Amino acid sequence: MSDGVLLTGGAGVLFAVLAAVALASAIAVVVARSPVHSALFLLLSFVLVAAIFILQQAEFVGAVQMLVYAGGIMVLFLFVVMLVNPGVTRSEKSFQHQWDVAVVLLPIFLLPFLYILGTEKLPDVPVKAEAFRMVGTRVVGNTEAVSWVLFRDYLVPFEVASVFLLVAMIGAVVLGKRSLEKMD
Amino acid sequence: MIGPIPLSHVLLASGALFAIGVAGALLRRNAIQIFLSIELMMNAANLALIGYGAALGTQQGQIIVFFVIAIAAAEASVGLAIFVAIFRHTETIDVNKINLLKW
Amino acid sequence: MTFAFHASDWLLLAPELFLTAMGLLLLGLSVALGKTKEDFLAFLATVSVGITGALVAFVATRPERATPILGGAFVVDNFALFFKALVLLSLALTVLASARYVGAAPYPGGEYYALLLFSGVGMLFMASGNNLISIYVALELMALSSYVLAGYFKAEPKSTEAALKYFILGAFSSGVLLYGLSLVYGAGGVMGLPELAKLLASASRSNLLMLGILLILAGLLFKIAAVPFHVWTPDVYEGSPTPVTAFFSVGPKVAAYAILARIFYVAFAKFHADWGFVVALVSAATMVLGNVAALLQSNVKRMLAYSSIANAGYALLGVLGFRTEWGLWGILIYLLAYTFMNFGAFTLIILLESKGYAGESVSDFNGLAKRSMPAAVVMLLFLLSLAGIPPTAGFIGKYYLFTAAMKAGYAWLAILAVVMSAVSLFYYFRIAAAMFFTEGSPAKLKSSYALSAVIAVCAVGTLVIGVVPQPFLEVLKSCVLGR
Repeated sequence: MSDGVLLTGGAGVLFAVLAAVALASAIAVVVARSPVHSALFLLLSFVLVAAIFILQQAEFVGAVQMLVYAGGIMVLFLFVVMLVNPGVTRSEKSFQHQWDVAVVLLPIFLLPFLYILGTEKLPDVPVKAEAFRMVGTRVVGNTEAVSWVLFRDYLVPFEVASVFLLVAMIGAVVLGKRSLEKMD
Repeated sequence: MIGPIPLSHVLLASGALFAIGVAGALLRRNAIQIFLSIELMMNAANLALIGYGAALGTQQGQIIVFFVIAIAAAEASVGLAIFVAIFRHTETIDVNKINLLKW
Repeated sequence: MTFAFHASDWLLLAPELFLTAMGLLLLGLSVALGKTKEDFLAFLATVSVGITGALVAFVATRPERATPILGGAFVVDNFALFFKALVLLSLALTVLASARYVGAAPYPGGEYYALLLFSGVGMLFMASGNNLISIYVALELMALSSYVLAGYFKAEPKSTEAALKYFILGAFSSGVLLYGLSLVYGAGGVMGLPELAKLLASASRSNLLMLGILLILAGLLFKIAAVPFHVWTPDVYEGSPTPVTAFFSVGPKVAAYAILARIFYVAFAKFHADWGFVVALVSAATMVLGNVAALLQSNVKRMLAYSSIANAGYALLGVLGFRTEWGLWGILIYLLAYTFMNFGAFTLIILLESKGYAGESVSDFNGLAKRSMPAAVVMLLFLLSLAGIPPTAGFIGKYYLFTAAMKAGYAWLAILAVVMSAVSLFYYFRIAAAMFFTEGSPAKLKSSYALSAVIAVCAVGTLVIGVVPQPFLEVLKSCVLGR
């Protein structure tokens, strides 16, 4: 199989660079004062993670992430951020002053988590490239492999997701619409 | 064949991303930025799922990532509608100022 | 590789498909009918939930349901059928209780009922989910509909605010749950619960896997409102429209228990020692905090919110009892009782509210006995049941939960639960005292047929399960997983 040859050897380095920048922009999302900056940094982080997906030869998911997340969701975000005062928050405190909440909750979530990540001997399996191209024993494209599993084994969740998107649409209309007049 | 990206590195990156997201969600005051941090958490899970999927050689990881992206899109649209609705009432989306109900 | 579909699979999916179709129909009809014919929409929604119930009963008779269908993602065992029935019961009660409340409000009713039904579809799929992916997607469907319903009365700042809090904390918890899922997936690359159980049976204990299990637990504890993931509950319960609050306090919780039970009873049973300790602590904290905080409330919706937090603490005793069948059995009994008594109590608030009285404060219950003796007596019944006094359903439920905790070796928790039940008498008694011993507004209480029906169903359920529990216990025993 020759699809992945392009990335041979350099992939590890490339991954390290992409991951480092993605993490840095994730930190920027959290510390940026303006929501607009946060949203833009999140966009950068999404694009880099999508690149990592593609590096692991999950091209389909990478493309979806790029299109839906980076394309759709972020545009929606920027719209709303612009609509809802971006200016006001600048001058005010942007972090919780309720340090009591943070002091209780952060250790509950983060400390055990960091401890485990630090002490656990993480499995050192190399990421296999061809794994994402297999349908049974046949080697096909990544998109075909995904769609086989998606439409054969996971058709029910897929249909549930369609109801889910409908609910999202109803919800956005119901909550976002301005008028409150009776409908008759 | 692709070059060696050890699973442990992917997991470390994903874990760090998740921790950053959690910290942001707990510490920020602006509802939009809290939600952006939550998106980071979901993205961290996606990264781990793809990494595991590639190492273990099963497709389910990608399937759930696909669903997560769809769900995140839908959640974002509803969430933003809620933000807009609340902004109409209060002119703010600072979670500490939204205090008709005790937080 | 074989195709995983048979024509009969669609037969087993009939309840879900029908409910979805009716949701779409209601959505379309509401445009055509407008606000004035909303009672018809409520009627149609009730009928469709009823027919869905009949379809569930039909599915129960099919021999095909013995094996999981659709690639193993969907099971229709007795356990799933019980939860489907319970979900549909709470859905029907909600629709009936909403009819007058939503009809009087200046918001479109069609979307409201459609969202309720779609959330019901999510819960039906949760009850049958046999695969982490399908469970996750169904859970999100339920949650997303709930966010919208919480904020449905969007001209009320309280309602919008409830939606915001529910949404943010809900999205956070589902992010936590998702990360837990990804770590559990890493244990062996499978998502199906039976496969996972098989895999974990031979797997060694790894910290990463434990972390995954705990994160999934945390995500689910949020849905059932256990400490320390309970902070959203009082606010969301107070701010949401009251029928929606009543719905939140039973429907989504019941469905969350269904997947909690399925995941932890089937897949993670082996690691009981690890997560059991956490659940024990959470359960103790939930019972204490829920009951003590309820003592301090003057708003009845908030008080019942804390009371339902305390009830989540009791139900967690059953989760602890997963070592034996008793735990699961206890949860089933308790949830059945809880649905009737909790929904009944909330319906009484709707009854007080809907005639222009703000029925939310304890003092609004003043002199209820003079205004309407039946209403006061029925409310007393629900309160006694919530406190766990015999001969009510609540007593039976608690008895089996506490026994399950004893059998699992958590005697100290069972004792704490009994003590806390005694504490709960104080705040339930405050409402009772207000109803019987205080003078209040002399205005007569006016009910509607739908509300009376809901209250009657809840009261009969609460009493009958309490007085003749044996047939219910027998049926529920056959609904325990793995039978």
